[in-house]
Amino acid sequence: MDWDKFKVHGEPLIYGAMASIVLATIGIIVGLTYFKKWGYLWREWLTTVDHKRIGIMYILAALLMLFRGGVDAIMMKLQTAAPDLKFLDAQHYNEVFTTHGLIMILFMAMPFIIGLMNVIVPLQIGARDVAFPRLNAVSFWLFFFGAMLLNISFVIGGSPDAGWSAYFPLASIEFSPTVGNNYYSLALQISGIGTLLTGVNFIVTILKMRAPGMKLMKMPMFTWSVLITNVIIVFAFPVLTVALALMMFDRLFGSQFFTMANGGMDMLWANLFWVWGHPEVYIVVLPAFGIYSEIIATFSKKNLYGYTSMVFSMLIISLLSFLVWAHHFYTMGQGAMVNSFFSITTMAIAVPTGVKIFNWLFTLRKGRITFTTPMLYTLAFIPIFTIGGVTGVMLAMASADYQYHNTMFLVAHFHYVLIPGAVFAVIAGFHYWFPKVFGFRLNERLGKHAFWWIIISFNVSFFPLFILGLKGMTRRQYTYSADTGFGPLSMVSFIGAIGLTIGFVILVYNIYWSTRYEPRDTDGDPWDARTLEWATKSPIPAYNFAVVPTVNTRDAFWTAKQDKVPLYEDKITKIHMPSNTGKPFILGVIFFVAGFSLVFSLWIPAIISGVGILIVLAAMSFDRDHGFYIPAEEVIATEKKLRGETV
Amino acid sequence: MNKKGPLYALFLSLILLLPGCSSIAVLNPKGPAARTLSDTIILSIVMMLGVLAVVYILYVFVLVKYRAKKSNEDYIPPHEEGNKWLEAIWITIPIIIVSFLSVVTVKTTIDVENVAADYKDQKPLVIYASSSNWKWHFSYPEEGIETVNYVNIPVHRAVEFRLYSFGTISSLWIPQLGGQKYAMSDMLTTLHLSADTVGSYVGRNANFNGKGFAHMEFEALAMTDKDYKEWVKDVKETAGPLTEKEFKSLLEMEFVGRKTYTNTHLSFSPPPGNHGDHMSNNGTEMDMDNGSMEHQDNKEIHPAPAPSSETEFNSKPNPELDEESTTHDGH
Repeated sequence: MDWDKFKVHGEPLIYGAMASIVLATIGIIVGLTYFKKWGYLWREWLTTVDHKRIGIMYILAALLMLFRGGVDAIMMKLQTAAPDLKFLDAQHYNEVFTTHGLIMILFMAMPFIIGLMNVIVPLQIGARDVAFPRLNAVSFWLFFFGAMLLNISFVIGGSPDAGWSAYFPLASIEFSPTVGNNYYSLALQISGIGTLLTGVNFIVTILKMRAPGMKLMKMPMFTWSVLITNVIIVFAFPVLTVALALMMFDRLFGSQFFTMANGGMDMLWANLFWVWGHPEVYIVVLPAFGIYSEIIATFSKKNLYGYTSMVFSMLIISLLSFLVWAHHFYTMGQGAMVNSFFSITTMAIAVPTGVKIFNWLFTLRKGRITFTTPMLYTLAFIPIFTIGGVTGVMLAMASADYQYHNTMFLVAHFHYVLIPGAVFAVIAGFHYWFPKVFGFRLNERLGKHAFWWIIISFNVSFFPLFILGLKGMTRRQYTYSADTGFGPLSMVSFIGAIGLTIGFVILVYNIYWSTRYEPRDTDGDPWDARTLEWATKSPIPAYNFAVVPTVNTRDAFWTAKQDKVPLYEDKITKIHMPSNTGKPFILGVIFFVAGFSLVFSLWIPAIISGVGILIVLAAMSFDRDHGFYIPAEEVIATEKKLRGETV
Repeated sequence: MNKKGPLYALFLSLILLLPGCSSIAVLNPKGPAARTLSDTIILSIVMMLGVLAVVYILYVFVLVKYRAKKSNEDYIPPHEEGNKWLEAIWITIPIIIVSFLSVVTVKTTIDVENVAADYKDQKPLVIYASSSNWKWHFSYPEEGIETVNYVNIPVHRAVEFRLYSFGTISSLWIPQLGGQKYAMSDMLTTLHLSADTVGSYVGRNANFNGKGFAHMEFEALAMTDKDYKEWVKDVKETAGPLTEKEFKSLLEMEFVGRKTYTNTHLSFSPPPGNHGDHMSNNGTEMDMDNGSMEHQDNKEIHPAPAPSSETEFNSKPNPELDEESTTHDGH
């Protein structure tokens, strides 16, 4: 066997990373053994089907990936901080920006949102779990092992290096002969299947498992945004699945779908990629709109202004998101008419998005606004995202885009959209729902420190990129000469990146500090909030609600509090719960082995693990475990313990 | 919240200062296409600043007026479902803005996709620009010369770049002369540029294509018609021919400095066909297979059979074209 292809050569940074990965792994294994936590880990986490725990694992994984992607970002900013720096070479820089994009979009933003979705949506609709709890575990483990597969690429064999969009023929075996893009096709495929399953799961959950009385138009806005997002997932992800499969055939089996010869079409990849890729950005942005809607309503003590138009604007955005993909390559020479069509559909998205901005502003109007940490992120989102939005309209103009395309202007635009539109949202949602999940708040003072570091540094880091783009600096260039004049603004951008790092470090320190010192919350409603998830106690009992609530209004919990009417009409009875199962985890492991074998064309282990996948799937379909009942007495006891009262 | 005010004022003033700043290539155009785009961009910036102003004023107003204070502890915010008329306003006004920008976009896109209005009556100077890892080849079929990594053009002359690639997708961009366009291996794209000021402009590949991407720059030198003719004459006298063997070795090299030749590679390695445009210049239909079929046996060298000797690929200067260009002499 050719062991050489597993090696990554010559980079002291990578050797350092290898060493730290090995040390961390040994540390974890020793720690788990010493504290005898293996059994606990297996029983309570690796085999869990509880939507709250799966959500927490998603969020933990996403936070880890945020730091991995953040380190990539710092390395890129450092390399371009001044002309002709030699910190990274071209190949290493290419791998770094490729994985930065992949990790931030697919393994940070999306799982963070899916994590919040997992924790909150069943609670918001008054359900006991998602529709298919075991499938939910499968989704998570596929995502997780897909992410791990991509993450080992930089120490074993080499990372993908053709950009996160992996345009052909650059990503073909001819121009990217390392295994990096094999990792791309397989890691994304495995986690993508997980995401697609999440899509199906949450559509069914939201449509079929709402509490009695909760009509569609009475659902909380976050649930609405999640429903629409999952519909987009179900329509968009199959395209990615097919595109990645074709890519894998091209790279591993010598087919020629995207090659330069034998009828292959390089721009077919670009079309397939963006037919998925454009809706993908709405998959991460729409739930953010939902999160902001909840937070704005809660902290201005008002119901959401223009609920109906909020829902319809999201529906229109989701529809338009499928009609704009060609704006990613106006410069392909598809002619003025095609470009004009895609220009107009793209600009049209500004209209429903504007509706949402104004509705939020009018929700604030006549409110009583308190500036908590989650609210600060929400309020910062409005002006920053608006800059992202208006530059989006500028980019949508096909003619002008001939000057912005592939430049730093574009990079600035999508960071101005995605960071407030997804990252601030998940941080806001994280601070907002944290006390629901863990029973105590994150420290407000530390939270605000982190907030100001992040907001100011974000602008320092990304605003100069608009100007650099207009000066002619293209994205993805690892170096430039001094006479281009890109130096000073790039340095400003690097300084901003350092500030952002400090902000995120304070944020994580806050989690540690608050875990130790913040007072525990007693009534489960620390923010005086409006929606059903705050109606249960914190931390949430396994069955969520002892009695399924009955809903009459949009802000059901708020009305119940105001009018002093009980949410629950029935008595406590026994509650049916699904049993934990190790099969989803095992399936994830086998998928990982299969993916890794395929990356290196190790056919025998690939075939064996392929058969293994089929066996586990068969075992899951013949599973006769129908779950168990928690007896009424036990539920009553738990509730008494949580509330100190009888129900 | 108030701490952010000065920050945004700073950003707004930065945007406002942009048009006046001459180091910003895109807003410092030296040709009609780039000027159209620069005007479009400035127009859109101004309109978008208007939109930002509305949002920001409302934002600051509500945050200042409705923030929770000790004095309004008893205040109970009203329940508001929404307001049809207000919502209609913030649907209608954006639709008007977007419609206006759509008209501007369609018009300017058509403008820059075609020869600039001032140069409509001349026959454009055709230059085939092809990329290979990581260099640009410029072929002048009219003059029968080829350059690598630099391109000289006469001012006040419509130039039609025909772009394609010997490998990865690249994008030819000379910001001060106009927008960019992709060069691909299986399709010919057209980019109309012209310069109206003598000068040296930075050109580069704008589409990431691997290791040498950052270094894939070239100089676009716009010169007077007289200087241009002299340069062509000079090349004819001093440079040597480009053989197929040498061309292949050029393709294989990663980095090449400037090179000049007295013939083009088009005769032995013709460009791919254009989608839906398999017509020769005199209107007779060329072989439909031109674009893709032949190409497949021979990947490293481009497609298609050699064109007949009557086409523009002939290395002899076309007398008709020559006449055309002399009429625009004297700049």
